[in-house]
Amino acid sequence: MIGVCVVFTVYIAVIPLGFLLWQSFRTPQTADVPAIFTLENYIAAYGTADTLRLFWTSIRFAFGASVFAFTLGTVLAWMNERTNTPFKSVFYALSLIPLVIPSILFTVSWILLASPQIGIINLVLQGWLGLETAPFDIYSLGGMIWVDGLHYSPMAFLLMTAAFRAMDPSLEESATMSGANIFQVAWRVTLRLTWPAVVATILILFVRAIESFEVPALLGLPVGIEVFTSAIYQAVHRYPSRVGLASAYAVALLLITTIGVYSVSRLSSRGSKYATMTGKGFRPRQIDLGPWRWFTAAIFIVYFALIVLLPFAVLLWSSFQRFYAVPSMEALQNLTLDPYRFVFSYPNLGRTVWNSVLLSFGSATIVMLVTSVICWIVVKTKIRGRWILDNIASLPIVFPGLVLGLSIMVFYLNVDIGVYGTIWIMYIAYITRFMPYGLRYNTTSMLQIHQELEESAAMSGASWGTTFRRIILPLLKPGLLAGWIYVMIVSIRELSTSILLYSPDTQVISIVIWELWENGQYVELSALGVLFILALFVLVMVAQLIGRQYGVKEQRA
Amino acid sequence: MLNVAGLFTEYPNPQGEVVKAAQDVTFTVEEGHLFTLLGPSGCGKTTTLRSIAGLERPKAGEISVNGRVVYSSAKGVFIAPNRRGFGMVFQSYAIWPHMNVFQNTAFPLEVGDRHFSRTQIRDNVMRVLAAVQLDHLADREATMLSGGQQQRLALARALVMEPALLLLDEPLSNLDAKLREKMRFELKRLQRELKITTVYVTHDQSEALALSHQIAVMNEGRIQQIGKPRDVYERPANRFVADFVGNTNFIEGTLHAIGPGFHLTVRTEIGDIKISTDLPVSAGDRVTMSVRPEDVALSDTRPQGENVWEGRVEQKVFLGEAIDFRVTVGPRELLSRQHPALRTPVGGPIFVQLDPEKCVLLKVV
Ligand SMILES: Nc1ncnc2c1ncn2[C@@H]1O[C@H](COP(=O)(O)OP(=O)(O)OP(=O)(O)O)[C@@H](O)[C@H]1O
Ligand SMILES: [Mg+2]
Repeated sequence: MIGVCVVFTVYIAVIPLGFLLWQSFRTPQTADVPAIFTLENYIAAYGTADTLRLFWTSIRFAFGASVFAFTLGTVLAWMNERTNTPFKSVFYALSLIPLVIPSILFTVSWILLASPQIGIINLVLQGWLGLETAPFDIYSLGGMIWVDGLHYSPMAFLLMTAAFRAMDPSLEESATMSGANIFQVAWRVTLRLTWPAVVATILILFVRAIESFEVPALLGLPVGIEVFTSAIYQAVHRYPSRVGLASAYAVALLLITTIGVYSVSRLSSRGSKYATMTGKGFRPRQIDLGPWRWFTAAIFIVYFALIVLLPFAVLLWSSFQRFYAVPSMEALQNLTLDPYRFVFSYPNLGRTVWNSVLLSFGSATIVMLVTSVICWIVVKTKIRGRWILDNIASLPIVFPGLVLGLSIMVFYLNVDIGVYGTIWIMYIAYITRFMPYGLRYNTTSMLQIHQELEESAAMSGASWGTTFRRIILPLLKPGLLAGWIYVMIVSIRELSTSILLYSPDTQVISIVIWELWENGQYVELSALGVLFILALFVLVMVAQLIGRQYGVKEQRA
Repeated sequence: MLNVAGLFTEYPNPQGEVVKAAQDVTFTVEEGHLFTLLGPSGCGKTTTLRSIAGLERPKAGEISVNGRVVYSSAKGVFIAPNRRGFGMVFQSYAIWPHMNVFQNTAFPLEVGDRHFSRTQIRDNVMRVLAAVQLDHLADREATMLSGGQQQRLALARALVMEPALLLLDEPLSNLDAKLREKMRFELKRLQRELKITTVYVTHDQSEALALSHQIAVMNEGRIQQIGKPRDVYERPANRFVADFVGNTNFIEGTLHAIGPGFHLTVRTEIGDIKISTDLPVSAGDRVTMSVRPEDVALSDTRPQGENVWEGRVEQKVFLGEAIDFRVTVGPRELLSRQHPALRTPVGGPIFVQLDPEKCVLLKVV
């Protein structure tokens, strides 16, 4: 059993990486010319000034999006944790909603809101202010940063909330007593003390932004702004496809993310330097903002409008149109259910939904079971070299979704064991991609199971298998369930890995949305998107309800 | 100097009920005095202190320092804590780990309303650091300090801006026993030298007795008694104070006769006890007396005077500098603290005498 898990992990996490590297040194294989060793891909990828531009754009985009998301998330977290802004407990719950909305839908809805031609915000502002040209252009680097940063600000919000909560409030109170005002306390004490968390959060956001595919593809490609992910996609999707070139790009991207992830892990292992100096501090005092608290409440409301209400409203609007039209009295008369009819009569709808459900449930289950064994080996046994296993299983975290898709594609194109083009290749991709998350959930709960609980089972005569099944798994259950829910949700939204691996038979919902976008079927896309978001929302609610019954605590990867 | 009048502070607890943390707290601290809030855990000492600091907003009452009102529910005044100019030492010390000793101490001078030049800051900081004997560690990382040094740094930081009022929340409770004794003397010396008005919170009665000019004993949000350390110890106002501040014997009885000059007789289960009091009482009242163990005199031979009984030694506990006896007198057991020179064996007969002046009649609540 242990052996099987180890082999499985190594197979799934290491081999694609090897093949990616290998492929990046090969020429394209055709029917009569076999592939040979070459450096040409690298020369093509890195030999031109274009690459420098690509690199520079990627960095600017990722940096901008991460800093924007961080600033937004931190200000909100601070307001939520440290001030007496009204309704903030409601806000904490609401802030999680945007994480449920798939990136592609969020991006599409912002196109509908702020594109220069049809963007509602632009048209409204032009009407009000009598402007000649649209004030906002979503198809720009700034637009990309805005959409991506906005969408991932809740992640910064959650991470920084945790950091603020972990801090001894008397450190801030003593600054107040020293005569410092709100801003001096926030700047000179709060922010400095959460510095390790600040850097880690920005790095995580940066890595995530540089992996981001939907936003650069939808907003950047139409106007020729390319980043690594969209360049990889372009290289694969041109004819003839240049997998070697894509691989060479992917290697660079992989390098960046690896450095990022490595720095984060270094940082969090060192981050405890300040943690030793906390007192009993159990009552974070809330700063009384006086009348300003209505202002901060207004910020919350505007933020919520930008991130949930407006995007959803515009999708909803467009989903009741025959052809996309900007809201107006006239358009109001043309409301129709056609897009929904279209969605429900979509030839492969049943199949697609079924694929999505099967994939997300299946990979969540396998991920959680396999990682629980890995985790047990790493945390509980004394097997030598077990840390290698831990690192291998965490390896996929550095893979951007698109790169992972690419390497798996390359591997199974070359090693024909009959999974290419089937749903199994999607399974493999999802499991690989989400294994690190499962691992993290399991490690957290595994660390809390005391060694003696197992030993006493062994003393009672239980075999290893029985102990694992009867003692460890039940104790892990809350953690397993929380992780399962998380993996299920991220898999059902998954797009960037699937996009290189799907075939007509193995389409999933997010792929259909992508295709509708490519075909310009905006209203149909909106209808499907609305249904998808609602379904995801219900799913999360149900999952939380079930989770609460099984004692799942608030926990995040 | 500091005036606190009718202070009420409440918290909503997670169930939505109100926790009445401070109830009708009223006291005055004179210029240069050290005033202690003493009481068991959860009695509202920290709450009171934080209300004075402005970190907590009271529900009602008035707080003023040197005639300057910093909080008043009636006048609708609430000065923000950073504008009150009080120094505060937190129980956890709250030393900022990202600054060194010097930077920690300099912070209040950098952020306050008054502006100081660099040399002024340097001079002031080094002066207080010298006062707490940390000047040689000015460049040390704050994380590298020992418990006692952290405590002194926290004190230096609170003192550097020459606050009108110094607030200390259990500043010694995180130290080990030996160091605590030492810092107790340090703190007292510093406070007496600088003559800085101080409010001190502790649950340790010996600390309170050793340091204070005045002590307020609190229980369940209310002040039970305010007085000099000696008064609080020797003339506790009620059963709670007598019990909380030191050990004591409680003896219940009925007031029997009132003689001339406040001399009374109380009929108790061990017999009639003659006492004196200035409380207004009348014959027939049920009363409780408190007698400290060191005021329960023991001897092998029958002593002269009043309030003498014969008892039997039940148990002895040798403490080094003293010896504790448990003695039965009739149906009662009394605790007595004696010099170790008294060597009556367990089971042996012994004479017990109570000094009428030391039998404190407690207020009937
Ligand atoms: N922020 C708060 N929210 C709710 N209840 C609180 C809060 N702070 C204090 N309390 C409650 O108010 C009461 C008084 O608390 P306080 O901290 O003043 O006690 P204390 O005398 O300082 O105790 P200790 O010696 O343990 O520090 C307690 O019952 C406590 O549980
Ligand atoms: Mg306290």
